[in-house]
Amino acid sequence: MTEGLVVILGATSAMAEALARLHAAEGASLLLAGRRGDRLEAIAADLRARGARDVATAALDLAAEADPAHQLAAWAQGRPVAAIYLLYGVLGDQGRAEADLDHAREILEVDFTSAALWCLGAANLIEGQGRGSLVVAGSVAGDRGRQSNYVYGAAKAGLGVLVQGIAHRLALRGSGARAVLVKPGFVDTPMTDHMTKGGPLWAKPEAIARILRRAADRGGPVIYAPAFWRAIMLIIRLIPAPIFHGRRL
Amino acid sequence: MREPLVTEQLSSWGRVHRAPHAVVRPNWRDELPAAATAAAAHPGGALAVGLCRSYGDSGLNPNGAAIAMARLDRVQAFDPATGVLRAEAGLSLDALIRLALPHGWFPPVVPGTKFVTLGGAIANDVHGKNHHRAGTFGRHVRRLGLLRTDGSLHEVGPEDETGLFAATVGGLGLTGLIAWAEIQLAPVSGARLDSEDIAFGGLDDFFQLSAESEATHAYTVAWVDCVAGGRALGRGVFSRANPSTDPDRTLHGAPRLSVPGPAPAGLLNPVTLKAFNAVYYAVKALRAARRKVHYDSFFFPLDAIGDWNRLYGRAGFHQYQCVAPQSVARDAAAALLAQIARSGQGSFLAVLKTFGAIPSPGLLSFPMKGVTLALDFPNRGAATLNLLARLDAVVREAGGRLYPAKDGRIDKAMFQAGYPRLPEFTRHVDPGLSSGFWRRVAA
Repeated sequence: MTEGLVVILGATSAMAEALARLHAAEGASLLLAGRRGDRLEAIAADLRARGARDVATAALDLAAEADPAHQLAAWAQGRPVAAIYLLYGVLGDQGRAEADLDHAREILEVDFTSAALWCLGAANLIEGQGRGSLVVAGSVAGDRGRQSNYVYGAAKAGLGVLVQGIAHRLALRGSGARAVLVKPGFVDTPMTDHMTKGGPLWAKPEAIARILRRAADRGGPVIYAPAFWRAIMLIIRLIPAPIFHGRRL
Repeated sequence: MREPLVTEQLSSWGRVHRAPHAVVRPNWRDELPAAATAAAAHPGGALAVGLCRSYGDSGLNPNGAAIAMARLDRVQAFDPATGVLRAEAGLSLDALIRLALPHGWFPPVVPGTKFVTLGGAIANDVHGKNHHRAGTFGRHVRRLGLLRTDGSLHEVGPEDETGLFAATVGGLGLTGLIAWAEIQLAPVSGARLDSEDIAFGGLDDFFQLSAESEATHAYTVAWVDCVAGGRALGRGVFSRANPSTDPDRTLHGAPRLSVPGPAPAGLLNPVTLKAFNAVYYAVKALRAARRKVHYDSFFFPLDAIGDWNRLYGRAGFHQYQCVAPQSVARDAAAALLAQIARSGQGSFLAVLKTFGAIPSPGLLSFPMKGVTLALDFPNRGAATLNLLARLDAVVREAGGRLYPAKDGRIDKAMFQAGYPRLPEFTRHVDPGLSSGFWRRVAA
């Protein structure tokens, strides 16, 4: 991977921290953005010890940022940006989202609207500099609307199409920049701590981080993490509605 | 962090002790006080757990609560000029080596596996092949942060006069949760050691080799054939090494082999054991040579096989490690080996080493000047426990003791006999914490 700043949006998540450690071991320059400044600093101190050339932190509510493009430019400070990872999001509570539309709005705005604006701002930046990667965490939940998590799934599905479009745009215009959508399945992180975990379908954040890291260099535009989810979701998508509707999925 | 606690099955490394625990898994140090409070409220008490490498139940709290510390693994400060490192207690030695060796630093003491946390290394006051030069791990702790279940946070170091530091080092997690630790690393040129393997025919040769080697070598240890009886009693291969001046700092890789599930019962049995030992001894005797080796294969040979503990099958195994004082070391070692050879039970990995005189900082620290023997016994139920009881008698007669980090069956009397400072230690036990081991020896 070429030199440059690595920006991680949503840096306090488990996958993000594992990813940041991979970059630190390569001696990268990092910019960590998230809500909790104290936690960002704890991660930053750790990354510096693990070999990061330098680590800056930015405490802000990514979902409330009015001008992502401006913010990215401010962080870059004229330096080339090697990669921008969009890894923030809320899982939300499906049941609550159905009853309380404000909660549904929150999921949609955080996971789709705000994320989409960051993606568009990032796309403009990397296209303008003629290099760099945008890597976005989607989800297998976006592959088909399921009664158990369709509000979250809808947001991720929308984001996925947006990133596909950006990937097409960047490739077609020969900018030298690229965009990749990485779709994890079940990952053992604090976000999923309320679920029963264990078994072969569950991945560790470190495994997803390695896939994200590789995605910044090559591959895509759509990568399932781990790869076996591609086959699983193909089957899920193909199940006819009359059968699917009878199942509590 | 999830609330309430979720039930998970936790197992000892020996896989004999497996029990449900109510687990809370903090992700950030600011979540630790709430996690400790929630866990301590459990009727079974609580215990911090790391990477679960303790062989017996000293690292478990069966049917109680556990605070899983492995996600608290962040470095807080590391000075490459002085080698002082401060980190959350869930940092593993594996991760520590990866970040420190490129700067020319290495943990001052390492046990037989790098997959232990700082908290675990301190709570067991682990020792290594360089005990005669560097003492135990606790000697290199400058200070640590201890969180007690009453919410109090204590920062203590070796000069602490309350006794809390001495109780916490080797204290098996019973004095509080070790939240962070600051340790002094040891300088190294690179990743290699100049090592030498020497085959020896019996215990007298072993003790002679040890005495000579401790003066000239930083690291010494012996593998001993615990099946060989009669005139071959105590034959083995002595291994000694010094850090190499080779500046290459190539790091270790991940284990490439792994045991995918419990092996069929009886894979490791007296027949395969005898055959293995005979071949191992013969091969080593032929090769007895000086070689430059990588730290990973010298210090952590078993780590090369992921989940090697599964080779012992569903029944698991008991690890037994004892120490006998210097004055009776030779006779005690001979008596132990004779008992084991006669029993026909025994392990592939019988390790013999002499400890030095450097005092350990913990009230319950295990090493003493003398000889230590460590081995695994496949769990055959009562037969194994009876053998271990016979070995206990030898150790007790010799005035020695067992190592809690390895133990899962020691009885109260045996433990108390070996650890005269136990009453002093008990004063510092946190009433909200408990473990399977503690309930067995202190009730």
